[in-house]
Amino acid sequence: MKHLAEYRDAHTARRLAAEIRRIVTRPWAIMEVCGGQTHSIIRNGVDQLLPPEVELIHGPGCPVCVTPLETIDRALAVAAKPGVIFCSFGDMLRVPGSRENLFSIKGRGADVRVVYSPLDAVKLAKEHPDREVVFLAIGFETTAPANAMAVKLAKQQGLENFSMLVSHVLVPPAIEAIMRSPGNRVNAFLAAGHVCSVMGTWQYPTLAERFSVPIVVTGFEPLDLLEGIRRTVLQLEEGRHEVENAYERVVSERGNEPAQAVIAEVFTSMDRAWRGIGVIPSSGWRLSDAYHDFDAEIRFDVGDVTATESPLCHSGEVLKGTLKPNQCPAFGKECTPRTPLGATMVSSEGACAAYFNAGRVGSS
Amino acid sequence: MCLAVPGLVESIHDANGTRMGRVNFGGVVKEICLAYLPDIAVGDYTIVHVGFAISKIDEASALATLKTFEELGLLEEGLAEIRGDESDGETAGP
Ligand code: SF4
Repeated sequence: MKHLAEYRDAHTARRLAAEIRRIVTRPWAIMEVCGGQTHSIIRNGVDQLLPPEVELIHGPGCPVCVTPLETIDRALAVAAKPGVIFCSFGDMLRVPGSRENLFSIKGRGADVRVVYSPLDAVKLAKEHPDREVVFLAIGFETTAPANAMAVKLAKQQGLENFSMLVSHVLVPPAIEAIMRSPGNRVNAFLAAGHVCSVMGTWQYPTLAERFSVPIVVTGFEPLDLLEGIRRTVLQLEEGRHEVENAYERVVSERGNEPAQAVIAEVFTSMDRAWRGIGVIPSSGWRLSDAYHDFDAEIRFDVGDVTATESPLCHSGEVLKGTLKPNQCPAFGKECTPRTPLGATMVSSEGACAAYFNAGRVGSS
Repeated sequence: MCLAVPGLVESIHDANGTRMGRVNFGGVVKEICLAYLPDIAVGDYTIVHVGFAISKIDEASALATLKTFEELGLLEEGLAEIRGDESDGETAGP
């Protein structure tokens, strides 16, 4: 692993960090919403370049981490059924359900396959007309265009043996929930660049206005993050609360409109439970009525699963930014990426795994 | 998922009415759905998520990003995900 301080643009990074140090006069807490940004911040030591006044709070933007335990248990129930080919992104395999995970039931003979794209699952359905192919469709707005298109194509092609277990979550309602939560410490947000590449930035000005909170759309590379943080601190110091786009090479105000159109056709909004956080109103998507037949939850009748979390895991506090991963008593002890107690230790975008993999030691 | 490696569109074709293309990510070539970028052409760079091109980026930005990823040792991580390396769930991601 190479540290930010050692790379080509190290001087630009240091210059941005120095600029942040120059303008900051008091403590600010900035939340990066996206798990990809958390990963990049910790892996590249971006936070260690910042002055002590600027605290980064790692938000709930890791889709693997916030997928409710019930969904994992439903996935396990479906995957264990005879004749099912269960497809998932690789990160989901070790996410602990109430009793086991997808990886362990795969070891016992369930046909669980890792796919790169939901289209791979559609292809499997075409190749195996005698099997039921189920895709675990999780993610934020970034993944939604892909998952929506997969169902749309399955329907167009008349693939009756394809279905999806959908657990989609949305960023703007999460920002609203964080700002409304009692004891909230977040002063500003770095909005997730790739979520905005799909959805645009038009959803954010009302949030910035309503909660008087700066929102800066930010990319993922170390310099992008430092620039996003610099602009955020500048707004905070100047008492502004605007939506700024610090990732213009990828994000436009309108976003990807063809993708938004397919999402609107295939999905419809719903109240969604976030693992570790609870139900957030209108914070998720499910399949729309036109695509009802492709809903695995209905097809396999696994709607009424109830689940219980490990009592040792504090991932809810980690996801809300009230506890740093290495402040969790189980961090690096009972809980490691090999033996995760919570989803935030599984995904490389989870805050606990990001800290563990970067060698941040636990507090004792 | 989000640290997307920019890819170069090498060819475009139609698969059952869906716009697809062969996209080269630092040497790894994948078939990618281009339906959401109706204007993208051969020779353009794009950011791809789970098999779908989501936004176009200019060549200079794409090359700078690739170079940064390489220097920070992130390129291999990204490419392993793109190749769809069978992992036990520790590296590949949505
Ligand atoms: S370190 Fe493990 S047990 Fe502690 S909050 Fe993170 S995932 Fe949960």
